[in-house]
Amino acid sequence: MKEQPVSDSAADRLLLRFVTGSSTWILLILIGLVLAFSLLRFDQFASVPNFRNIAVDASVLLVLGVGATYVIITAGIDLSVGSVLVFAGVVSAKLMEAIGGDGWGTIALGLAASLAAGLAWGFLNGVLVAKARIPPLIVTLGTLGMALGFALVITDGVDARGVPAKLAEVGTGNAFDEIPYLVIIAALVAVAGGIVLAATRFGRHTYAIGSNQEAARRAGVNVDRHLIRVYSLASTLAGFAGFLSLARFSTTTIDGHGADNLQAIAAVVIGGTSLFGGIGTIVGTAVGVFIPAVLQNGLVIVGLQPFWQPIAIGTVLIIAVYLDQWRRSKYRT
Amino acid sequence: MEALRGVDLVIGPAEIVALVGDNGAGKSTLVKVLSGVLSPDRGEIWFSGQRLGHQSPLAARGLGIETVYQDLALAEDLSPHANLFLGREMLRPGVLGRLGFLDNTEMRKRAKDTFETLGVDMPTINAAVANLSGGQRQAVAVSRAMTWASKVVFMDEPTAALGVIQTRTVLDLIRRVRDAGISVVLISHNLPEVLQTADRIEVLRLGRRVASFAAADVGIDELTRAMTGALTEAHA
Repeated sequence: MKEQPVSDSAADRLLLRFVTGSSTWILLILIGLVLAFSLLRFDQFASVPNFRNIAVDASVLLVLGVGATYVIITAGIDLSVGSVLVFAGVVSAKLMEAIGGDGWGTIALGLAASLAAGLAWGFLNGVLVAKARIPPLIVTLGTLGMALGFALVITDGVDARGVPAKLAEVGTGNAFDEIPYLVIIAALVAVAGGIVLAATRFGRHTYAIGSNQEAARRAGVNVDRHLIRVYSLASTLAGFAGFLSLARFSTTTIDGHGADNLQAIAAVVIGGTSLFGGIGTIVGTAVGVFIPAVLQNGLVIVGLQPFWQPIAIGTVLIIAVYLDQWRRSKYRT
Repeated sequence: MEALRGVDLVIGPAEIVALVGDNGAGKSTLVKVLSGVLSPDRGEIWFSGQRLGHQSPLAARGLGIETVYQDLALAEDLSPHANLFLGREMLRPGVLGRLGFLDNTEMRKRAKDTFETLGVDMPTINAAVANLSGGQRQAVAVSRAMTWASKVVFMDEPTAALGVIQTRTVLDLIRRVRDAGISVVLISHNLPEVLQTADRIEVLRLGRRVASFAAADVGIDELTRAMTGALTEAHA
């Protein structure tokens, strides 16, 4: 009787995480939605081309969601990602237009420009949050306006269309004629982001800061530097998402991203990441990205007005946050 | 404002020194100075035969000095072992380690060893600290200090928030820390607890050290008189 059943084996840990994990119930909702739509309109909904559509729609948002997950785990928020996406896309498109040609060299420079443009905004966000100690809501509300404003100034408000044909082929093509490149790229970003968050020191410090910033500081974590890196990561991913968006639409879609920030935040929070920081996973965010995408698609196929989608998402979002608060008040004494 | 004015304090190896005093006596300030959080305007700190210059918590930690803060300073969403190694994580060997990958297996094992050594009953080492009881959280904070301290541990009111049984566990823990060869500076309001645990008791009053007793030779009445100023310095 000495041996206590202590849950220390890897399998037990996984089980513990599954049962207590906040993303479990939301995964069940996603599976339920897919099953429901499949039962109602099997041929149309549960088809490879339709799943492909859903995945492509979700992929750019997933890239934004990965960055937003990190930011929200630090108990921060980033409203600027949609504008940074547009700004990075504009800079990249203008640069590729100026260089001209349809070579991979042009595309590589365009990619570098979009990443650099994103990084610059993220660094600014991070410094203002960590060093100037301005609340992230205000900082990123400010840069939201600024990034979009600069994008409009650069383009005179007219979408840039200088996207090389080869890039457009990537943005609309499929690997092995089956899986869209965009989906593969977004999945790779999510897997890498998930591994870094779960298994590295960078991830551990991200959780620690969101959990108790003062404790992390006293434990010797360089909190300011880490916050700057997290905001830089989120905006660099937004820049990358801008590049992916260019590849997909061959234009900068300046007016199309006003709600990206809220969609990304909603996906992250629906996926079980706590707005109070310290808790969250990329797996949850991936599920949180797919629920709106599946709903939107399924409602149209079933023949309901797609206007129900934001109503459903809003409801799920509020329930998700309520459950998070309830869970916290239960185990925090 | 002067929180401290004239405090001489010697801490020997492997002894428990209690700092007692009324509110505002300067106990917490003294610990902040000694653990490097505050820099004193005047005065000297000697450590192992060396005079210490400008202090910081990181520098103090480098010398083997750890502090258990009153609020414990734990990341509640992380597991006990993650808290033990926070800021000093162990990385995997080889390339993965250089990429920043954590060696959770090793950290978990070492944390378990520490808990066993200290006789801490940790129900599971994987759940978040938020799920632990107050006593268990305190044990995590003390164990963290123990993991890294080689010389001195400062503890600011370690039992203030605890019930009777948990308090006893933590006091036992403090004795075991001392028995492992580490000096403990214990700040407390609770005189019976101090008399029970400490080897030596230093009394602070209005920023001065006003009395010093061997715990075996003093009772609550005498301590109280020293704390309130009824006992003059000449007696001590």
